[in-house]
Amino acid sequence: MRTVPPVALCYVLCAAGGALACLAPAAGPATPWPAVGLLAVLYTGCEHAGQCRVIGRRVPQGMGTFFPVLLAGAFLLPPAAAALVAVPGALFARTDRRPAGLRRVWRAAQLALATWAAARVHGALGGTAAVSAPHSPYALVPAGAAVLVFCATLALLDGGILATAERVPLRAAWRGLFPRALGPVAVHGLAGLMMAVLWRSPYGPFAALLVLLPMYISCWVFAQYHRERAAHQETIRALVQAVDIKDGYTRGHSERVGQASMMIARELGMAEERAEVLRFAGILHDVGKLGVPTRLLRKDGPLTPEERRIIELHPEYGHEMVRGIGFLGEARAAILHHHERMDGSGYPYGLTGAQIPEFARVVAVADAFDAMTSTRSYSRARPVDVALAELSRCAGAQFDPQMVGALVRALGRHGWHPAVTADEAAAQVPWPRAARRAASR
Amino acid sequence: MTWTRSPGPGSGRARTTVAAVQGLAVVLTAVSLGSTVWKGVEEPGTALAFGVLIAVGELARWGAPGGDREPAPLGSAGALAYALLGETAGQATHHGALQVVAVCVAAALVGSVPHLALGHGPSADHMARRVLTVAFAAVCFQPLYNQGRLGAWLGDGAAYALLLVGLLVLTALCDAVLAAAMAHARTGWPFGPLLRDELRAMIGIGSAVCATGAVIALAVAVAGLWALPVFCLPLLLTQLAFRRYAAVRTTYRQTITSLARATEIAGYTPQGHALRVAALSRAVGRELGLSEPDLTVLEYAALMHDIGQLSLVDPVADGATAALPAQEQRRIALLGGAVVRQTGVDAEVAVVVERQADPYREQPLTARIVRTANAYDEMARGEGPQGPLTALERLRLATGRDYQPDVVESLARVVSRGGVTLPPAG
Repeated sequence: MRTVPPVALCYVLCAAGGALACLAPAAGPATPWPAVGLLAVLYTGCEHAGQCRVIGRRVPQGMGTFFPVLLAGAFLLPPAAAALVAVPGALFARTDRRPAGLRRVWRAAQLALATWAAARVHGALGGTAAVSAPHSPYALVPAGAAVLVFCATLALLDGGILATAERVPLRAAWRGLFPRALGPVAVHGLAGLMMAVLWRSPYGPFAALLVLLPMYISCWVFAQYHRERAAHQETIRALVQAVDIKDGYTRGHSERVGQASMMIARELGMAEERAEVLRFAGILHDVGKLGVPTRLLRKDGPLTPEERRIIELHPEYGHEMVRGIGFLGEARAAILHHHERMDGSGYPYGLTGAQIPEFARVVAVADAFDAMTSTRSYSRARPVDVALAELSRCAGAQFDPQMVGALVRALGRHGWHPAVTADEAAAQVPWPRAARRAASR
Repeated sequence: MTWTRSPGPGSGRARTTVAAVQGLAVVLTAVSLGSTVWKGVEEPGTALAFGVLIAVGELARWGAPGGDREPAPLGSAGALAYALLGETAGQATHHGALQVVAVCVAAALVGSVPHLALGHGPSADHMARRVLTVAFAAVCFQPLYNQGRLGAWLGDGAAYALLLVGLLVLTALCDAVLAAAMAHARTGWPFGPLLRDELRAMIGIGSAVCATGAVIALAVAVAGLWALPVFCLPLLLTQLAFRRYAAVRTTYRQTITSLARATEIAGYTPQGHALRVAALSRAVGRELGLSEPDLTVLEYAALMHDIGQLSLVDPVADGATAALPAQEQRRIALLGGAVVRQTGVDAEVAVVVERQADPYREQPLTARIVRTANAYDEMARGEGPQGPLTALERLRLATGRDYQPDVVESLARVVSRGGVTLPPAG
């Protein structure tokens, strides 16, 4: 969003105007200022906790928005006052992307409108009385309705900004926004209800604060989870880069085999989780080459039988390496058997036909396809249709015809767009080179 | 990762400590069950509701027994809430401390029946700790409350909530001390760092459990029993978050271990070397009182300490880097550090790997430990039954420059206790 389209600007200004109209009644005498102030400070604090150094040595970034305080405000306060709670926190929140000012105004307006609507619905259903005397589960009804309205307002406004600023078609912008947000908002809503009940009880606001602790901790742990997962993917990438460089292939061979395997998996109608594991099988299929001497992998000219035998050990090496990685599951068998052939002339075990694991048959096809369509030291890249014709010719003897057919169909439908992504182009230095530089320092 | 140690010199005293704690828990359970059966249950509806909550929490426990600090957070929170419950929906309750213990134990046992049937029930230590901490909280609160003194002193407002939180903090501290004492008795690791690790973990899931316990006790007092299932939901979310975090950490560790095996398969280092050095480093780090995050850094660094050799064109004979000239060692270490930096692991790990060949006075403690453990494993290998002693002797002779004397002595203690047994692979 470098230059803001005028439509989007207009949309944001309209939202801000609407929010101001909702906030206006707060100037009247009915506003309980101490409660508004306390909740607003609390919300701002929660939004800023990510930057605070006191709470934890390494608080991760990107904890997401913290709704329980806003919803508690909606359950406790009149609509205008509840909307006011959201404003300072959203205005002072950190944004990484430009234009920061406009984004802050938009966020404040959006949250103020959603909170106002939620408070309105909650009040209309008699929620205020239910929160003050919560002797029956009826308090859940207005709270549930308020959560629904809150979530729907957010989704509606979000869809609008996607449509105006990013020019996504309206229907596509709205699709899935509401159901995706509902789960987390519902849990936050229960926490908000809990806060409101305790706030109104004789125990007062202090008891309400206790509710935030488990919520904060779970947000914190989720953020750590994402960080750790990113680090893990980075490690796998490093592993794969190491193989590609050692082998002297064009960079990204492993990633592309993963991509092609995934396409075949989707075409075969595999469940999403299995397809993901199959992608890892494709990415890691040659990891055993780390164990083969670099001289052999890069040798120009014909190999002696002895050298060939050593290179052909790489599936077993790879299997030995990833044996301990639990989540790879079936992918481990694929790494071991991706050089088997349907007629039994492959290695390491010479399995035939259906004895070869399904994942291995997929990876074999994807591997051969990418080897043909990318430039190697010993051959030029061939066009996709020539490669597919070659695969079809070898189907039955070398490859599983079912997998070849699936690849042909998938490519016919989606085309072949190998992921030479921006981050590959802006790549970090491949590691032996970086390592050499570090060592010469 | 599990560690088994041969019994050390303090094992007699250790057995007494563990037996005392478990015995106390068993006696307490027997007395409270007996008394409750004899006198009958006060407010059976409330007791049943909390019992169901605790049983469900126990049912939803995660992980291997003993693997996690708080395997059943919902069960613990429910038990603490019942221990600190003074009213339901404005009506005063009358259950005593013994009934609290009886209900909690019975519910926890019912909830762990399926786990026991599957062969991974809660460990005896864990159950004993649970009984004692719940009993502690209940004994602090229930008698005072039931005699009406709390109401007279504090009234019914914010001071009451503060008192509950204070009691929970005290209970958590007791639990941490108890857990550290049991771990100390079982493993012989120093008590101070163990207690520090327990307290650090307390800030995470422990504080969520305590806060939820207080919230449930207060919310039930205000709203009644319908609040019970509703208000447990945020804690379930916390439990889910921790579980996913634990899963991704396990996967990550496995991947790092695989990366470490790459050098073994490539023939640069002997079989199992990286795992042995990691296990030794961790044991020495424990012995020297490092905290849990430092131990993780230590373990990852030890696993990847030879990774720089992958960038070499020709393998070092037997992977014995400790025998190479210092200049060459440092070059390989720098290569390794550069590789580790690319893998997205914590930068501290990379520092340890690239500094591992420096003289010990220039190294961080973690790098000193990895260097010593690596040298020991290389020297002790293949020298027959005398290998360990010879290796320790050679390390002691080199403490002037290469190895820190304290670390070598700590390693000697670890080795004399029978070293470490590796976790089963896969």
